[in-house]
This record gives sequence, C-alpha cells and structure tokens, in this order.
Amino acid sequence: MKTTDLIVVGGGLVGVALAYGAARTGAQVTVLDEGDDAFRASRGNFGLVWVQGKGFGMAPYARWSMRSSRQWPALAAALLEETGVDVQLHQPGGFHFCFSEKEMQERTERMQSIRDDLDGDYPFEMLDHDVLAQRLPGIGPTVVGASYTPMDGHANPLKLLRALHTACQARGVQVIGGGRVSEVTRIPDGYEVEAGGKRYRATRIVMAAGLGNRTLAAQVGLHAPVVPNRGQVLVGERVAKFLDHPTTYVRQTDEGTIQLGDSMEDVGLDDGTTADVLATIAQRGVRAFPALESLRLVRAWGALRVMTPDGYPIYQQSTQCPGAFVVTCHSGVTLAANHVFTIAPWLAGNSDQNADVPAGAEAFTGNRFLGDNQKFNNAH
Amino acid sequence: MPTETRPLFRALAPPDGPTVALMFDGRPLRAPAGISVAAALLASGISMFRTTPVSGAARAPFCMMGACFDCLVEIDGVPNRQSCLTAVANGMKIRTQQGLRSFDLPELTDTKVDHVG
Repeated sequence: MKTTDLIVVGGGLVGVALAYGAARTGAQVTVLDEGDDAFRASRGNFGLVWVQGKGFGMAPYARWSMRSSRQWPALAAALLEETGVDVQLHQPGGFHFCFSEKEMQERTERMQSIRDDLDGDYPFEMLDHDVLAQRLPGIGPTVVGASYTPMDGHANPLKLLRALHTACQARGVQVIGGGRVSEVTRIPDGYEVEAGGKRYRATRIVMAAGLGNRTLAAQVGLHAPVVPNRGQVLVGERVAKFLDHPTTYVRQTDEGTIQLGDSMEDVGLDDGTTADVLATIAQRGVRAFPALESLRLVRAWGALRVMTPDGYPIYQQSTQCPGAFVVTCHSGVTLAANHVFTIAPWLAGNSDQNADVPAGAEAFTGNRFLGDNQKFNNAH
Repeated sequence: MPTETRPLFRALAPPDGPTVALMFDGRPLRAPAGISVAAALLASGISMFRTTPVSGAARAPFCMMGACFDCLVEIDGVPNRQSCLTAVANGMKIRTQQGLRSFDLPELTDTKVDHVG
C-alpha cells in the first residue's frame, strides 16, 4: 500500500484546489473522488468570483473573500502557465440589481455595514437608474438601481475544474475516481481509508467532500453540519457581447453564453429543476435586460450548494485527531485562490504556522455551530 | 478552418404530395410539406447551416433530435432556431446562422467608472 503525505477526500473544486496547492509545496498527494453519481456542486455553479455583499455581520468572511479575489489573478496565471488552460478570469467589477426602493435601501445599509466593519476598506457605489443605464446599456426601466464594487469578477468554472485537475496531474498528484470514501481509520502514523475496493494511507487527510463532509468530519472529531441548498441555472444561446460585467443574476461568458441564476431552495438532496423557479429566474433576467426576452434557452440545471448553517466556510484541524482536517464552503470558485495559496500550505504542514486554523481564517472553525447561536444567512 | 461540410442525406425518391416554397440565403427551394427545416435543407444539398461563434467553423445538423444545437439557422428573422425541431412552412425565409446573434442595445456612452471608496 502506497503512503503519501496527504489524502484529499473529494475531487471537486475545493478538493483539487487543495491538492494542487499542497503539491505546489512539494507534498505527495492522493485525491479520492466519488463516482459520477455524486452531487457535483463544482459542475453546476455560476462562475462568479464574488466579493460584494458577502460577510454582512461577519467581517472575517468579507476579508477572506477580498483576499481570494486579490489572489485570483496569480492563480489564473499559474494555471495558464502550467496547463495551457485559460480559465477566463475577468474582474471588471460587478453589479447587484435592486428592483425597488426598499431593496436599494436594504442594499445600501448592508454595504455600508460591511464597509464600517472593515474600517472603510471596502470600495462600493450605489447607483441610481440613470447612472446605471450609462454603465450598462440595455438595463430595464424597472431596475431602480444597483450596487457596484470593483472587486467582483467571474471565471469559467468548468475550465477552472479542468485546469486544476490537469495541474494536479502535471505535479504528480494521484487522482483516483469512482470510489466513495465512507470510513476513515486512524493508524499510528496517519490515516487509512478505503475507496473503490482499495486502501490508501497518508500522514495527513483533509475532508473536502462537499455534502459528504457532514459524516466524514465527525469520524475525526470535527463538526461540519453542512446541508444542501439548491440553485437553479438557466443557460441561453450565445449572443454577441453585451455584458462585460458579472451581476448576481445574469452573466455572459467569454464565448457569449448567457447564464441566469441565483435561486435558493431547501429541498434536500434533489438537484432537479422546477418550472416555477426557472420562470422566476427568467423573469428577473428580462426585468434586468429586456432584450433577453428574445433569448433562446439552451438548457437548465439544478445543483446543490454545500451550506453551513450560517453560510460561511469551515477550515479546521482536529485536536482529537491531529493531521485530519475539514475544508468546506459554498464558494469554491471565489475562494479557490485562498484554497491554493493559503489553506493548502497550512494543511500540508509546510506553512510557517502549524495551528489548528490558518491565519485569517480563525473565525471559521466548525466549533461555532456547537452552541445555540445559529442563524441562516447565505445571501450576497 | 473548414468552410463547408458535406451533405449527409439525399431523398431516396422524388417527393410526391404537396410541397412548400422556401428561401435559403436568397435562393428558392422546394420541400415536401411537413418535414423539418433541417431535413429540407439537407435534402436540398445545403452543406453549411451555421458557423460557430467561437472558431467560425462550419456546422451542419448532427443529432436531428434537438440536442446538439448544430443545426441553428435564422428563420423568418429569428436567429438561432433549431431547424431540426421546426417544420417547413410555405414562404419561410431561412438564412445561415453566422456566428453570434446580437441584441439591439443602445450604444455604451464612454463614461469612466469611478471607484468611489
């Protein structure tokens, strides 16, 4: 049986970002990925590299998102150099539309609160309809206004996943698919798991298994009470470039495809689509850009976000089982750069610090869910 | 880069029964009533239905059942229609789908974006 430095359980965006980051520090890494019947948040997400509105009442999450946004260009450049895959990162700033005065007021308060919590280090603008119409031609008459920050961007999430897998393989990471890890065993100098009928050993192990983290983390004394939250996405035909900026509800990819989304439903392990939610998504898109009324739709899908009770990530090493970690979040695209450059060196044991949580992520242990102060807040 | 594709289908026998008149890129065609636009174009020897938005490569129908989106054409002024899912109609005007369609949007005024902190 081969023993490596690190086993990563999960081959989605979080898992391969951690594996790639660890391999960059020289670690020998094995990624164990579930089969094609797994719920794959990484293959269903919207592709935003998004900062604005995140961390309302939780300043560390705002800072954490901003930090990843700043580290993203280095990630995109490294992946391009190592794999030849352009993940199509663009960070021109993003807009969040408001469709009523009340929404504008609430948005203003939310953004100001975050800025206050960050001692002013949080650039944003609230734009009324006329100013917005100058920046985004084609905006609908019933859009009251928008918030804008220069920090937001987007990327192609499928190309990101492919680039990270390719980069992992180029750096010698063993990526093994088709095997679900259900049991973690502690051995004298590390951990042993079984996947797809084979056993694997490593001195360290990180659970990056999305919704699977709930039961996996518990086996190594960590608390990751994640639940699914469904988002549905509508994909339209490719059209000539009309929208350079990402928005929370509408974005246009490099190739011209229009994506519409941002629904949130608690429906358990059901990643299907429903006509009523898709209709709402379509209507909101047409309110934002009336020209989209003639957009021909190509496909629709549902995918399950991996949500903690408060919507923020968990990064933690087990005190009960040293060398066992959990990493879980619902923003695997936005936070990919932090996962590669900050989290991976920490859990590979190659950073300066060997704490149970990495610097800047002290607020994100799963212990915060052990009390009774739980609130659900995943909006952005 | 290829600029044309070869026709894959030909009618086994001359159509008997009613036919309809179509225009394809300004060229008059006749086709049996009731068949799909894609079948009509293929039977007429049309070898290129569209060019792709990304590379500009030529495309023709692949699946003929609504899944592949390679048979897109402009029909009566509406771009990106799936010709395999659309029945022919008398007088229909069909055009090659050249890359991306576009929206008619107002011109972007050249306003500098201030990043107010």
